[in-house]
Amino acid sequence: MRGDRAARAFGAALALVLAAGCATGRDPRDPLEGFNRAMYRFNDGVDQAIAKPVATAYKAAVPDLMRDWVRNFFANIGDVFIGVNNLLQGKPIDALSDWARVGFNTTFGLLGIADVASELGIDKHNEDFGQTLGAWGVPSGPYVVLPFFGPSTLRDTAGLTADTLTDPLTRHKPVRERNAATALRYTGVRADLLGASDILDEAALDKYSFQRDAWLQRRRSQIYDGSPPREADPAAESGENGAGAAVERSPATPDN
Amino acid sequence: MNRNAENLQPTRIRRASAYALCALTLLCVTPAGAQAQPGAAQAAIGPDTAPDVLVKTVTLEVLDLIAKDKDLQSGDRNKLVALIDAKVLPHFNFERMTILAMGASWRNAAPAQRKLLIEEFKTLLVRTYASSLTAYSNQRFDFRRLRAKPTDTDVTVVVRVLQSGAQPVPIEYDMEKTAAGWKAWDVRVAGISLVLNYRTEFANIVRDSGIDGLIKTLTAKNSAAESAASAKKK
Repeated sequence: MRGDRAARAFGAALALVLAAGCATGRDPRDPLEGFNRAMYRFNDGVDQAIAKPVATAYKAAVPDLMRDWVRNFFANIGDVFIGVNNLLQGKPIDALSDWARVGFNTTFGLLGIADVASELGIDKHNEDFGQTLGAWGVPSGPYVVLPFFGPSTLRDTAGLTADTLTDPLTRHKPVRERNAATALRYTGVRADLLGASDILDEAALDKYSFQRDAWLQRRRSQIYDGSPPREADPAAESGENGAGAAVERSPATPDN
Repeated sequence: MNRNAENLQPTRIRRASAYALCALTLLCVTPAGAQAQPGAAQAAIGPDTAPDVLVKTVTLEVLDLIAKDKDLQSGDRNKLVALIDAKVLPHFNFERMTILAMGASWRNAAPAQRKLLIEEFKTLLVRTYASSLTAYSNQRFDFRRLRAKPTDTDVTVVVRVLQSGAQPVPIEYDMEKTAAGWKAWDVRVAGISLVLNYRTEFANIVRDSGIDGLIKTLTAKNSAAESAASAKKK
């Protein structure tokens, strides 16, 4: 097991953090709830003031087709390390398919602005170092809301750091071009999420906890590539201890 | 991801009406499962309609109605909700969804409370579904063939939302067979179960302010959403 040592080191660090934080949060997955809620409010303020208006204007001003180009261009760059992550997770076939996508899209797709690979039926994958760590058995650790980046866990924060360091865009020079490209990329990402954030507004009774739970479910699903093992059948139907079920499942399944 | 080669080909047509026509043609040409009915009867939904056919027919019908209606396209939320009430709602088992979302608290709810909970949760889910439709109505859909035995009574129907430069987003309907046809009891979008997500929210509110507090919260949320939708319309 390649990741065993890293896993243990992580586990030890997590145990410490968890022990320190246990007294404050009421959800065992979210011992830092107080800090996280503050950070959530900060992010939401930034989003309402800057990110959402900019993304809304971008969506209104830029035609669908050109927004596709922007999304595809950055997605193509991302596929290189998605392939690396698939390889690290022991999925060489998926890795090859990711790199085939890069090959097709960089050439026939005109430097990635057209996603011809998807049209050919080579589906895009979604992988990152956080998922790779999860696939190796590293527990997620407590939920953390990062400034600007939003929902994460301790493990996924480590993954995000690795993602950022290996991202070709991070090292691109001159810096001015890099900054412009980064701004364009995240504007596009936020624009694609406008629908999702409207759904969140409509659906959530408490936006913070709804987003947290959705994000944790999503990550669990991603680590299992879309087919996580079914949760134990909701106890509600047998009348036993149902309210705890959503909470109980996290310590039992380190991967969530 | 790509194991299932039997799926109908994703069709790329932006306008939903043209798409629906094309897909309906496909539906008539392609044998859509053991329980599919022949010929023109495809579009009619009955208790014997196979779950994947049901999901596809209802989805395409709703998208088609939206494509034909100026009010719906310009975001008339109340009209959209009425459409969902008529077309989509009959295919969901809201009682089971509410029971699952309530967890253990369901046992402590009085019959009158249970009735209110189901009603308010239903309203909330329909509004959420309306938002999702607005968000995804321009996308391409890939309706997957059902992988289940004809004797199965609990199945998962998968529809994938396709977008270039992004991983396809699966929408999974957990459905059960009832005397009145197949009914969905949970929806998972990108792996996020709606019912599970509400379970934590409900549990937190019940712990703080009891079942009546939860009913009050749901009612307040729904009436706020309704007045916001009406205000937007004017």
